[in-house]
Amino acid sequence: MMLGNCATSSSLSTESDEDIVNNNLTVLVVDDSPMIRKLHDMHLKKFGLKVQVAENGKNAVDLFRSGASFNLILMDKEMPIMDGAEVTKELRTMGVTSMIVGVTSLDSIFDRQAFMEAGLDHCFTKPLTTENIIFLLQELNKKNNEEN
Amino acid sequence: MDLVQLQRQLVEYRTSLYHEGFLDEQFTQLQELQDENNPDFVVEVVSLFFEDSERLLNELTKALEQQSIDFKRVDAHVHQLKGSSSSIGAQRVQKVCIAFRNYCEEQNVEGCLKCLQQVRHEYSLVKTKLESMFQLEQQILSAGGSIPM
Repeated sequence: MMLGNCATSSSLSTESDEDIVNNNLTVLVVDDSPMIRKLHDMHLKKFGLKVQVAENGKNAVDLFRSGASFNLILMDKEMPIMDGAEVTKELRTMGVTSMIVGVTSLDSIFDRQAFMEAGLDHCFTKPLTTENIIFLLQELNKKNNEEN
Repeated sequence: MDLVQLQRQLVEYRTSLYHEGFLDEQFTQLQELQDENNPDFVVEVVSLFFEDSERLLNELTKALEQQSIDFKRVDAHVHQLKGSSSSIGAQRVQKVCIAFRNYCEEQNVEGCLKCLQQVRHEYSLVKTKLESMFQLEQQILSAGGSIPM
């Protein structure tokens, strides 16, 4: 589904809540706004995730080039130098298979579509909500189970 | 004013900010992220918002003063302001940004100038109100009380 924030679960069993509070999942937040970086960092840490931030696309790419890896990348669209779509394309070309999720204030469906086509797994509207994070953790757990 | 009165005043003030549309649910989410390990989280995020907004408002003023206006540039700034205001729940600022973007698309100079004035106004209102709210919170903490939720 393109408009990822529609995919929310309204009721969670206690079992999945326990699965969700995580352990060792790493996230890279790529956003040029210090406010957004701080917000997402705090929000994700509440779920026990290990968070790193990158203030632009080039820094994100350099991190991967230097051998870093993350389970999840939260990618802002509008950034100077390299926008989110360009960074996503670059990372996919480099062979990065992490879950990449766009976080954008873009309203137009066409813009979101273009962003998705750059290689995103999901795309949410800024700012990320608790429901979005829970959804992503569930998806990450599924992905991990499939890969093991 | 005693502690209980201060706390009541804070709750009333905060409620009024929601009722008057200055703040929305997103601000509540922000408050819920704050904890004992990060007791200044909300103030820090809001301060970043203030810095960001002031920078953007200056950029917007400059961009709209140009002989030949670059509407794409103006739109990019408004878009950023819309994003950051929605992230902290500054609903009225966000709403003006939506209208502002429409004028950018239409390349309507007058509309844009009007919106710039409006967004400056809404921004200064929410800034004043948030600062008052933080002051009240500080008074409560100084009096040895805790911030009611």
